[in-house]
Amino acid sequence: MSEKEYIYFPGCSLEASAIEYDMSVRKVLTSLGVKLIEPDDWSCCGSTPAHSVDHVFAAAVAARNLAIVEKMGACTVITACPACLSAFKKAHHRMKKEEGFKKEVNAILDEPYNCGVTAKSVLQVLLEDIGPKAVAEKVTTDLPDLKVAPYYGCIINRPPEIMEFDDPENPLAMDKLMGAVGVKVCDFAFKVECCGAAFGVAKRKMVNELSSKVLTMALDAGANCLVVTCQLCQQNLDLRQGQINSTMGASFNMPVLFFTQVMGLTYGYSSQEMGIDKHNVNAESLIKSRRPVEERIKEEQEKAKGKKPKAKKAEEEES
Amino acid sequence: MRVGVFICHCGNNIAGTVDVAKVAEAARMMPGVAFATTYMYTCSEPGQEEIKETIKREKLDRVVVAACSPRMHEVTFRRTVEKAGLNRYFFEMANIREHCSWVGEDKALNTNKAIETIKLAVEKVKQNKPLFPAKFKINKRVLVIGGGVAGMQAALDCADGGLDVVLVEKSSSVGGMMARLDKTFPTVDCSICILGPKMVDVSQHEKINLHAYSEIEEIKGYVGNYQIKIRKKATYVDWSKCTGCGACIEKCPSRNAYDYFNFGVAPARAINIPFPQAIPKKATIDAQFCRQFIKGKCGVCAKFCPVGAINYEMKDEIVTEDVGAIIVASGYGLIDLDKLPEYGGGRYPDVISGIQYERILNASGPTSGHIERPSDHAEPKTIVFVSCAGSRDKSIGIPYCSNFCCMYIAKQAILTKDHIPDSQSYVFYIDIRSPGKGYDEFTRRAQEEYGAKYIRGRVSRIYPKGKKMVVKGADTLLGTQVEIEADLIVLATAVTATNDARTLAEKLHISYDQNGFYVESHPKLRPVETNTSGVFLAGACQGPKDIPASVSQGSAAAAKVLSIFSKDTLESDPQIARVNTNVCVGCRKCIGTCPFGAIEEQQLRDGRIVANVIETVCAGCGICSSTCPCGAIQLQHFTDNQLLAEVNALCLT
Repeated sequence: MSEKEYIYFPGCSLEASAIEYDMSVRKVLTSLGVKLIEPDDWSCCGSTPAHSVDHVFAAAVAARNLAIVEKMGACTVITACPACLSAFKKAHHRMKKEEGFKKEVNAILDEPYNCGVTAKSVLQVLLEDIGPKAVAEKVTTDLPDLKVAPYYGCIINRPPEIMEFDDPENPLAMDKLMGAVGVKVCDFAFKVECCGAAFGVAKRKMVNELSSKVLTMALDAGANCLVVTCQLCQQNLDLRQGQINSTMGASFNMPVLFFTQVMGLTYGYSSQEMGIDKHNVNAESLIKSRRPVEERIKEEQEKAKGKKPKAKKAEEEES
Repeated sequence: MRVGVFICHCGNNIAGTVDVAKVAEAARMMPGVAFATTYMYTCSEPGQEEIKETIKREKLDRVVVAACSPRMHEVTFRRTVEKAGLNRYFFEMANIREHCSWVGEDKALNTNKAIETIKLAVEKVKQNKPLFPAKFKINKRVLVIGGGVAGMQAALDCADGGLDVVLVEKSSSVGGMMARLDKTFPTVDCSICILGPKMVDVSQHEKINLHAYSEIEEIKGYVGNYQIKIRKKATYVDWSKCTGCGACIEKCPSRNAYDYFNFGVAPARAINIPFPQAIPKKATIDAQFCRQFIKGKCGVCAKFCPVGAINYEMKDEIVTEDVGAIIVASGYGLIDLDKLPEYGGGRYPDVISGIQYERILNASGPTSGHIERPSDHAEPKTIVFVSCAGSRDKSIGIPYCSNFCCMYIAKQAILTKDHIPDSQSYVFYIDIRSPGKGYDEFTRRAQEEYGAKYIRGRVSRIYPKGKKMVVKGADTLLGTQVEIEADLIVLATAVTATNDARTLAEKLHISYDQNGFYVESHPKLRPVETNTSGVFLAGACQGPKDIPASVSQGSAAAAKVLSIFSKDTLESDPQIARVNTNVCVGCRKCIGTCPFGAIEEQQLRDGRIVANVIETVCAGCGICSSTCPCGAIQLQHFTDNQLLAEVNALCLT
């Protein structure tokens, strides 16, 4: 059944606060015939705490994991967490470019990293290696009430020369995948605006303002749900929505789902299997109308008798 | 043989880091050198006099000047020695400035290098042969490439000077970018009203032969004698019959053609005349959008044309023109909006470019001069202008200033207030660049009399919010963030070289810089010449420039052409390849490698086939002589023996 194998690096938050992201990634990729291998003895990726103190140390922490992957004989490692991805890519980029830096980093590692591993996000693998067509084939369930605004956050494709994926100003990867699984996607202007999560502790007021703007823009775009690719965005926008409401005088009630959770729902997994019940803002009202995808197709065919089929129109617009 | 060596101090340029007295002393010891001296400024008039006198006094028959690059003064000193009675090729220049004193800091090493450089020149000059230029007749016709304001000015000046002019314009009408502008700064006079008369003059001048909707296919030849192949693109309309009545345009059912003239502000018909004042005012079919070409059937325009001018079978045609000089005025391009995603360029319809806004302001534009925004045709009340949209931005490879955006933004802000008195314009700027005559007063007027609010800072993001567009940016004077809810955003998009600038440069054998703009012969002193003699530059193809500068350059280029055409013959450079027919084996390798097609076969009286160099075509590049397996073809003044003498001087002694 498994056509593809990937080394999968979960990272710390996908084992704890964002365990539902991990659950959904594993289930969705399994459905698509992808086998995930977790490297033995993986450790911290060197994200936020390390790189704000010491660049060599931060790169070493990342490179330790990359060296493990390299030793496994693989040339690609995938991760769902944008912070891990960014840490890997940054370490790799600088070590490859600067021989002196590479020596410095490898000097503090037991096993040297020889710059032979490309880090990719789960999003990139789904879009580029598997492709929207194969993603669409597994859909069994329609979610008629869901209207999503894809929110990419700040680092999944920035800086472009290091991340080398999608458009840094107007990314479309999630838009394409959500479209492929038959979910309504709203044109959202704040795809890459800062949600403020990094200042969650130090500057609450500013974070509330930034986050409330993201939520307002999503509402204005006609969305009733945000789909995200970053667990820090998810946590910030979901867990603190109440706080945003109380400080900004708003009444947001917008679920924030991982894109893999939405994909899982369309593949027929339950909310519990996707860990959606772990979220703070309840998404059940948007999901409960789900139905077999055949019903939608039937409905569309009936409509088509009167006018142009919707799916075809959407296709035309896309092309 | 008596060689004289003159070592120049060049003020402190050379003497500062080279011990010139020691160099002169060493030169005196070189074999064949009869005299060596130093001089403060050898290129000055007394400096040249000294050379002339010394030649006579010391009976010199060869001269070496050790000074700057031969690109600066070789011509000067050749003239000097010629005036003293020597052949001008009995002179060599040793470059001890650009190649020595300017690049090294160690005086001892520099002095040593200067001595060696002079040693090479002395050995070379001893091998030099007298050479004499041939004279050839010139064809006093001129080709002007591009019918914008610079090209038209050049064409008119040449024609008024009595020259036959061939004017080639890529699009279906002359006028270029200026014809698209509504008003011009700083006088706010109507652009087409001042350009129109020039366009009419061009079309009516008996000395100007206009090829519109045509492109340069091939250029062969050299200064004085160029052969130009021009591709007259198929218009699918017989222009000898077309009266420009417009009946075809009215009836054309293909209504979604791209409007190149209006930069896509609104769709055009597949058969079109770009604007009412077009010259020639003839229709052209855009086959990319025409139903007859896409679907194979339609024929509406043919049916409605009262003079039967439509011809779907028309093919491109190649015509040949012989000219003696070329003025390149091929203009500029603009960066695409979608290269500016942070401003929502290409994503949101109400983010438009400055040239698009110009067309919206224009009475003969798609909105008949009523300002309306593209999304819902509403009249905008708040308009934000973003200067340097792409310009001065290394991250997208455009490090330079686009020259005229500051000024046209001020003009557009003024016009906006004129059109919509209750509107408010905002201008985000890095700094206001308005150094022209009356320019700074003009930008002040936009602010003080027309109330445009200038905000010093850059825009970070533009996004839609309901029917408005939100502009987020920094006000660096107040040190704060600003957010403006606007109805329309105008980006002053960066000026670029045209898409085909590089291809055209290769056809012309002229060079272009890293941005695709053509390189002038000297940035200050030869601003309209190129390094290819007979090819001159005018207008923005050389770099972004406004109308006054383009017109001046057009006239300057015309003056240059008129001055070379004031003689009936030109001297050809004798530094070209020559074949020793006794040695040539007729292998034809040189014919294959010559990039100028300057070598042909020749049959000698004894029947042997040998190579022959066409003197006037040879550019003296020397590729043939390094190709020749038997040393039969030699570049005069750079023969194998002459170059070997230099190598030996350096390596063997």
